[in-house]
Amino acid sequence: MRLTLHIWRQKSPTDKGRMVPYTLDSVSGHMSFLEMLDVLNEQLIGKGEEPVAFDHDCREGICGSCGFVINGVAHGPRRGTTVCQLHMREFEDNAELYLEPWRAAAFPVIKDLVVNRSAFDRIIASGGYISVPTGSAPDGNAIPVPKQDSDMAMAAATCIGCGACVAACPNASASLFTSAKISHLGLLPQGQPERHSRAVRMVAQAKDEGFGNCTNIGECEAVCPKGIQIENIARMNRDFIAGAAAYREAQAEAGAG
Amino acid sequence: MALNPRTPSGPIEKRWDNAKFEMKLVNPANKRKYNVLVVGSGLAGGSAAATLAELGYNVKCFCFQDSPRRAHSIAAQGGINAAKNYQNDGDSIYRLFYDTVKGGDFRARESNVYRLAQISVNIIDQAVAQGVPFAREYGGTLANRSFGGAQVSRTFYARGQTGQQLLLGAYQALERQIDAGRVKMFPRTEMLDLIVIDGKARGIITRNLVSGQIDIHMADAVLLATGGYGNVFYLSTNAKGSNVTAGWRAYKRGAFFGNPCFTQIHPTCIPVSGDYQSKLTLMSESLRNDGRIWVPKKQGDTRPPQQIPEAERDYYLERIYPSFGNLVPRDVASRAAKRMCDEGQGVGNTGLGVYLDFGASIERLGQQAISERYGNLFEMYERITGESPYKTPMRIFPAVHYTMGGLWVDYHLMSTIPGLFVLGEANFSDHGANRLGASALMQGLADGYFVIPYTLGNYLASNPLDKVAGDHPSAQAAKEEVEARVRTLLSIKGRRTVDSFHRELGKLMWDHCGMARNKTALDGAAEKIRALKGEFWQNVNVLGESSDLNQSLEKAGRVADFLELGELMCIDAADRNESCGGHFREEYQTLEGEAMRDDANFSYAAAWEYTGEGKPAALHKEPLTFEYVKPSQRSYK
Repeated sequence: MRLTLHIWRQKSPTDKGRMVPYTLDSVSGHMSFLEMLDVLNEQLIGKGEEPVAFDHDCREGICGSCGFVINGVAHGPRRGTTVCQLHMREFEDNAELYLEPWRAAAFPVIKDLVVNRSAFDRIIASGGYISVPTGSAPDGNAIPVPKQDSDMAMAAATCIGCGACVAACPNASASLFTSAKISHLGLLPQGQPERHSRAVRMVAQAKDEGFGNCTNIGECEAVCPKGIQIENIARMNRDFIAGAAAYREAQAEAGAG
Repeated sequence: MALNPRTPSGPIEKRWDNAKFEMKLVNPANKRKYNVLVVGSGLAGGSAAATLAELGYNVKCFCFQDSPRRAHSIAAQGGINAAKNYQNDGDSIYRLFYDTVKGGDFRARESNVYRLAQISVNIIDQAVAQGVPFAREYGGTLANRSFGGAQVSRTFYARGQTGQQLLLGAYQALERQIDAGRVKMFPRTEMLDLIVIDGKARGIITRNLVSGQIDIHMADAVLLATGGYGNVFYLSTNAKGSNVTAGWRAYKRGAFFGNPCFTQIHPTCIPVSGDYQSKLTLMSESLRNDGRIWVPKKQGDTRPPQQIPEAERDYYLERIYPSFGNLVPRDVASRAAKRMCDEGQGVGNTGLGVYLDFGASIERLGQQAISERYGNLFEMYERITGESPYKTPMRIFPAVHYTMGGLWVDYHLMSTIPGLFVLGEANFSDHGANRLGASALMQGLADGYFVIPYTLGNYLASNPLDKVAGDHPSAQAAKEEVEARVRTLLSIKGRRTVDSFHRELGKLMWDHCGMARNKTALDGAAEKIRALKGEFWQNVNVLGESSDLNQSLEKAGRVADFLELGELMCIDAADRNESCGGHFREEYQTLEGEAMRDDANFSYAAAWEYTGEGKPAALHKEPLTFEYVKPSQRSYK
């Protein structure tokens, strides 16, 4: 098949950037979307043009590195699929595709389709963990967890941190991402001691990073390659409200020992 | 130089405890005075960085990805072994040890493997406490499954995403330490050289992949947790960015490379579909628990699988290995698939595939049960191939998946360069010539959470180090070399892309140093790889500049190192005149086509020393002795 691609080219964070059209022939339906871009890049190098930069690594849909917007939809037309797992058989011959990076103030463009998502790491760093130093764990079966809770925690924990939810949200909100971690840990007995502080700190961090608020639009859930559900956001809000009422940052008090 | 593995003596079950007791400790108040560099942020690196920071060390952690959460450990599907014996089915530390030594075809160090089995139970506890959502039974206890040739159910799993969940556990522990200011994280940063001063590892040279800046980081110890080198084959199940550069640079600075030819070819991957193929996708071998492998009995049978009656199917693993059936270890399953395809019974367009059929299990357990176990894998298969495994059998074929070889390390995980420690897949230590399923996650986390905190402390406490700064001539020289190499790569401006060299190397490796090897082919391949390396440095075309994000430049540096590694792998494979585990030499097989080991002559780990550009690497041998698990011909019949 033959494709016309319009790809966002931006040399550097400060460059203005623009859409550049390319045509590509003999695309096979068995190619993944990224393999199609590999072919384009090989041709560009042959012509002495710089290849299109895009993030990718595992190409199995699990590392969360890849992602861009195809014709206005984060990760493209197939639901529950990252661009590395999207195959060209999803597209018609002679299709015209527009490829853009994630658009969000908190995800500045680095080059072409590559953005900086380190804000996500800082959200996790602000409280997305259970504080258990290595070596201090009880036996694994000492903490029974109802299967249903464990399954729900797992469903939230499958988030790959790709950022599609932010790109799809008109508010560029990171609520789906943030709530997935708050839910994962908050649903488990191990996560209870820090449940409120976690919610308060992570929500505050997301705000500080410049992500918007959730207004229940649901675009995030629609594009999420891992099917993370917006009920997590409700859970986050509940924990945040409870936490805001109950939780105070600890004051330093001397006197131990 | 004689290799000193520093394995403790005494009864095997006491060795690690005794070793730990004998190790020197660093005073809690002094730990923050030590600077430690951790390269890689996967299970081994992430867990090590977090744990060392918890202990109080000053840690810098580096990864080439945009976030430590993306390390390739994340892609591990099936599970993690632990000798918990929660199922009361006869498992024990000793049995896990025994299975691992035997599974590794008697080419691993007994002491290391025993320690690994001991620590396995602590890993599960730690992961559960971190909130890793392992599968559970209705009563709330942890679920287990049998996996990869084990006859007990000792594998813990989180759907088909166990690696992801364990990595996120380590990543979250790491982020907690980053937030606390005890780890400084350097994402999108690649290590390009090791700084060795007075014979000790004292720092690294890195390139910031966004700005192109080359930096010097000095330290008291360097930990490489940089994963495996399966991408030397171009097509593998590894992430596209996985590379050998950090390990190879260390090799060229004096760290010996152990058993480079020991490669694991995983039996259940989605077959190649075309020339544009950029990577191969693994289908977890847990699928072999409920899937039956078969090929048509008739050669060149082109009927769709559903139309081939039972009597005309050859369930060859069940036929040849009745006691293990579809659950034989990976190397055995892979070679059997290759043999079937070589004999013309392969399926699919290319004839390079065999069926993995869930029909019988769906009939027995229902689609719901199968979907609960493998739903996400079935979906992935369907996305890639356009076929639903609920309706038609999967087509699978072996692919390069894991490298048992890596930098040689002693019992303390220290390489032949003092102060340079190597963890996880990047080292060569625990899996011998074949890794068992669900053991990679175990080893990565054992090294990072529970081994290195002790052995690193011992090194620092027993080796007073002079203060050195980045202006040291060795550091400056290393930096200049890195800068010169980057300039050279950009200045060649030849006619071939980096990928075209990589593909050609990969094909040479797969054809001659893959599932079946022989001396003539290996010698020929080594020669061709040398020539390809020569051409690379004359004719590669890397566009762009060094001062911004330049993915071609990153790849070029990695492929340049793969070219050198590929040659060493062929040399190592040609030198090991026996078949063992994943290393199968056609000249050394039994009448039935099984691997034939030569314990009298090859019961050693090969450790290769770099002796200079254009000079042959020097072979050192670490003899392996088996006091507990007596070497025998592995039999899965």
